[in-house]
Amino acid sequence: MRARVFVTLKPSVFDPQGRTIAEALHTLGYDGVEDVRQGKYFELDLATSQPAQAQALAAEVADRLLANPVIESYRIEIES
Amino acid sequence: MKFAVITFPGSNCDQDAYHAAKDVLGQQAEYIWHKDTDLKGADVVILPGGFAHGDYLRCGAMARFSPVMASVREFAAKGGPVLGICNGFQVLLEAGLLPGAMLRNVSLKFQCEHVDVRVEQTDTPFTVACRVGQVLRIPIAHGEGNYFAEPEAVARLEKNRQIVFRYSTPDGRVTAASNVNGSVGNIAGLCNEQRNVVGLMPHPERACESILGSADGLVMFESVMKAVAHA
Repeated sequence: MRARVFVTLKPSVFDPQGRTIAEALHTLGYDGVEDVRQGKYFELDLATSQPAQAQALAAEVADRLLANPVIESYRIEIES
Repeated sequence: MKFAVITFPGSNCDQDAYHAAKDVLGQQAEYIWHKDTDLKGADVVILPGGFAHGDYLRCGAMARFSPVMASVREFAAKGGPVLGICNGFQVLLEAGLLPGAMLRNVSLKFQCEHVDVRVEQTDTPFTVACRVGQVLRIPIAHGEGNYFAEPEAVARLEKNRQIVFRYSTPDGRVTAASNVNGSVGNIAGLCNEQRNVVGLMPHPERACESILGSADGLVMFESVMKAVAHA
């Protein structure tokens, strides 16, 4: 079973890279893109076929390693 | 006295720290490989600058799992003086030995330059020979030194007097213009609540001889020698 983990900076944390990407898009004429937040994406292949177990395991590894709770939060999607 | 300099795969300032301790100050120094767990009776532990484990995932995120870190944690818990310089500071943050986290510099550039930092606290083993308000001119070399903590956490650092260094002007004024990387509160370095673990982004070990442009970093090594001698 595969879990997708999306790690992003918390809303309270300034993202200088995202800001620079947004400015680059504005330079290209994409004024419709108001803001950009950059994050990280992980695909975890898990040795379980139980969605609840997959969710719990993905959350555990996100808490312990994939995300730094001081600056980041995460969201998990389980692929069935 | 004896300095232990931890070497992670990707450390690149371990030799600078070793040189400062051994050749400049004439003390004993040992490299400790990250897979070792014996600190060899060291009185002080230095986590040097560099790019431990390639800075994969986040700076310092992998290094905190190196076997030696359990020994460093134990040494710190017993009150042993631990100094994290640059990447070593990032490792201490990821390991939870110091609070907060690092973001990309606001400039988005890897910045390599001499900066001025004001000493805020002198009751740590690495600043005991400094004066409060003393300005040290020492180099930085980092891309991710933009210190971040939530406002409540920063208030706690202020209340506990854990902010040890701030980026300042040469005459010691803490201004927005002197904040080289966007760090909250101009924070360049801090200590834990017990005050024996100190981390900073600037490199005192690269500023221990006038031929290198500044010897202002020497006072931090002299501080810890004084602290250990009086312990």
